[in-house]
Amino acid sequence: MQDTPLIELSQVTVRYGDPDSGTLALTQTSLRIDRGDFVALVGPSGCGKSTILKLVAGLLTASSGGVLLNGREANCKGIGIGLAFQNPTMMPWLTIRENIMIPLKIVEPYRGQYARKKKGEFAEKADAMLARVGLAGFGDKRPWELSGGMLQRASLCRALIHEPQLLLLDEPFGALDSFTREELWDILQQLWMDTGSTVLLVTHDLREAAYLANRVCVMSSRPGRILEDCPVPFPRPRSEETTYQPECVSLIHSLRKQIADARAGEPTQENA
Amino acid sequence: MMKPLKTQQRQRLLSAMVLIGFFLLWELACLAFQVSDLVLPRPTQIFLVLFEKMPLLWPHTVQTLYTTLLGFALGVISGVLLGVMVGSSRLAYNVAYPLLVGFSSIPKVAVVPIFVVWFGAGTVPAVLTSMIISIFPVVVNVATGLASTEPEFEDVLKVLGASKRDVLWNVSLPRALPYLFASLKVAITLAFVGTVLSESVAANKGIGNVMMIASGNFDVALVFAGLIILAVMGVLLYALSAYIEHRVTGWAHRKTESMT
Ligand SMILES: Nc1ncnc2c1ncn2[C@@H]1O[C@H](COP(=O)(O)OP(=O)(O)OP(=O)(O)O)[C@@H](O)[C@H]1O
Ligand SMILES: [Mg+2]
Repeated sequence: MQDTPLIELSQVTVRYGDPDSGTLALTQTSLRIDRGDFVALVGPSGCGKSTILKLVAGLLTASSGGVLLNGREANCKGIGIGLAFQNPTMMPWLTIRENIMIPLKIVEPYRGQYARKKKGEFAEKADAMLARVGLAGFGDKRPWELSGGMLQRASLCRALIHEPQLLLLDEPFGALDSFTREELWDILQQLWMDTGSTVLLVTHDLREAAYLANRVCVMSSRPGRILEDCPVPFPRPRSEETTYQPECVSLIHSLRKQIADARAGEPTQENA
Repeated sequence: MMKPLKTQQRQRLLSAMVLIGFFLLWELACLAFQVSDLVLPRPTQIFLVLFEKMPLLWPHTVQTLYTTLLGFALGVISGVLLGVMVGSSRLAYNVAYPLLVGFSSIPKVAVVPIFVVWFGAGTVPAVLTSMIISIFPVVVNVATGLASTEPEFEDVLKVLGASKRDVLWNVSLPRALPYLFASLKVAITLAFVGTVLSESVAANKGIGNVMMIASGNFDVALVFAGLIILAVMGVLLYALSAYIEHRVTGWAHRKTESMT
């Protein structure tokens, strides 16, 4: 049990649409993530990062290859997953608070208590999370009354509220200004250190990857696969200062170069 | 709600003025061209008859309203159930949708004699006719609403390990509510058509029956009085469903405020 990684993708291929002529999104992708790890996934746009998250979440089945979650076939049922989608899909018929409480309505053990606690304890929990990401007082608003960045933060709350074992984040800070973003990095790092959950973070921001992750996986352009798996050895807790240290700057530089090469279509041979 | 009240009030005032203007024009035209009241009675004559015969007309009004509401309620309940069945799976939707649209184009008048043969003349065929006639828009709309639910919303729940029923209750049905209400507004008016149709063919009560008899007696003013009662009931029930729609699915109409 100790040896089974939480997530294991082996030689996964994903083709959208028609099995022969559809878009090939992933080829021969392999990735192992241990329990309690924090992995960042970077790569050019359209290379299949969101596809990997959907595979792990069980929303998508691979055309070939194996996707194991906790040693078993991934199918949305096995373990508690929190997923913040790239587009914060907030349901317009619910208020922000109700949107954030959706996981509590579905996932055990909260599910059984939902009817009893939705007005009291659970609503307070949702409000506390909203306050933590700087959205205090927005619980009663409707999704269309919030800006894109505010919706992203609310979506992060929805991914976290049921304290999932596995957190899948798809560019959760993409629409935020750099100050809010750095504040949230800190919150996320703290949360991860406190709970010991496993995080897979998709991002375009290499500083973000270096700040948060234990490992950064670089993907090739479409059809995607993992080109490089760089460890990020800096001690925790990291702060914004960490990302300006010379070691970190050179790591970011080398990541940047790998992605640039991947975009140009030439798999990098560096460190290989 | 978001509009200044003034604009709304002005719109209401305009609607009322158009209505009054219509009756005025009607009255004046009848007077000017000396139209016989056997062909087209003047509004004043009609309202006079309506007022004088109200004690006689009232039980029939109640009967028609009762029949329509019962048929409408049955139609909506079975329509929603059918719509959920058709709309909750892609296969059922693809198979049943063309059939539904085909069936809904059959003129429902044709079913009245069949119901009369089965259940005899009276309230039952009227209830059934208004039910049959109001089922179709509800089924078609509910099925469309369910089938057009954004997969992104469903994914939010699926990730959490939600069952099909969870998804139905928490995403598909709320998402389909605006479609349901749009169909209710159509269905309630159609339900009246069904009732009156059946009453005028096979009943001894109801506004449809009154109008039938009145037209046999050349009491044209009474026919028009019946028409006005039907119009008032129809408009009131339409307004009621529109009001409930606005309260329940306001989220879907935030941009088209001025159109409701
Ligand atoms: N539902 C879909 N149907 C068909 N093709 C799809 C679908 N979703 C994604 N694709 C294709 O798969 C490829 C990978 O998409 P994916 O969303 O995983 O990219 P991404 O790495 O997340 O990109 P970005 O950084 O821009 O979000 C893209 O080329 C896209 O065109
Ligand atoms: Mg993406």
